[in-house]
Amino acid sequence: MKGHMTSKPGSSVANKTGSWRTEVKPKFLRKNCIACRMCVYICPEGIISGEGKNMFGCDLDYCKGCGSCAAICPKKDIEMVSEDEKI
Amino acid sequence: MTETLFKPGHTACAGCGQAIAARLVIDAAGKNTMIANNTGCLEVFSTKYPESAWCVPWIHSLFENCAAVASGIESGLKYLGKKDTINVIAQGGDGGTADIGLQALSGMLERGHDVLYVCYDNEAYMNTGIQRSGLTPTTSNTTTTPPGSASFGNPRPKKPMPDIAAAHGIPYVATASVGYPQDIQKKVKKALSIKGPKYIQIHVPCPLGWRHESSQTSEVAKLAVETGLYPIFEYENGQLIPRKIASVKPVEEYLKVQGRFKHLLKDAKGLKEIQAVADYNIKKYQLKAQE
Repeated sequence: MKGHMTSKPGSSVANKTGSWRTEVKPKFLRKNCIACRMCVYICPEGIISGEGKNMFGCDLDYCKGCGSCAAICPKKDIEMVSEDEKI
Repeated sequence: MTETLFKPGHTACAGCGQAIAARLVIDAAGKNTMIANNTGCLEVFSTKYPESAWCVPWIHSLFENCAAVASGIESGLKYLGKKDTINVIAQGGDGGTADIGLQALSGMLERGHDVLYVCYDNEAYMNTGIQRSGLTPTTSNTTTTPPGSASFGNPRPKKPMPDIAAAHGIPYVATASVGYPQDIQKKVKKALSIKGPKYIQIHVPCPLGWRHESSQTSEVAKLAVETGLYPIFEYENGQLIPRKIASVKPVEEYLKVQGRFKHLLKDAKGLKEIQAVADYNIKKYQLKAQE
């Protein structure tokens, strides 16, 4: 190896991991959201954002479809739906 | 997209507990932070060359030496008179912390460097294919401790790393869990407000290695805490501050959601053994809430 190897900060965004999803994707129903932000905390990709009730959403370019957000939502306001469904 | 210092596009598995914890830690620490990282899952999935998910100065050298590298960074910053404005974090997985990197970590704690060490404990060498580590819990099924007619899974108990760190007489030691994300951030902020060496160990479920659904990461982490199998506590200047469990659950509830403990469910003796570990933790760390 010649010297050290460096990368640009945050350059991983070039890697669109959304293509990893095979079956399901999260759908934010935006009906009973209380803005507790638990989905924001738990997303392994850190791609859920929003301010205020019923205003949250996620970046499907990177979502791997793990379903953690739907599982943790105390109001069941996030649903995992089929990849084919239009949202 | 929320402003985070740990960008998406990293190659962690879906539902990775370590990816959740790593983002929570760096976002709590803020942008004036430098990180030294041991080899492990986190290093591999967050820095797939030529890309990096990190938005802070971050260095990887070897499997065992992030504590030594962080010690050097801290000393350098001190010499430059910049230590007061910059946090230094050393981090690694359970193998890099409790087995391979223990000597470097012990040295860092003993020399009193102003560094926060974060251990992401997923309870085996997940990156190389689920081999047992010093922090693998007893009876767990790993590829090097498969249960069968002559074996009952991992024969050894989990190494008490937080107690080993605390025995160095450092000002702050804590355990945390991905099941309680706000608690992780609170502890990181608290640790960074204290001068001297700090150690935080975070329980991070691994859907692949523990064999549970990717959506169950938070649930599994919470169950480990609620059964007493993963005690959450702090040692502030040696003083124990436990996180009390409101109602203690039987260990089966934690074991049955994971494939790595499947062989236990048919065995009353094995279950009893694990319950004894939980009972010991509850007593030792005073986890039971007052009735």
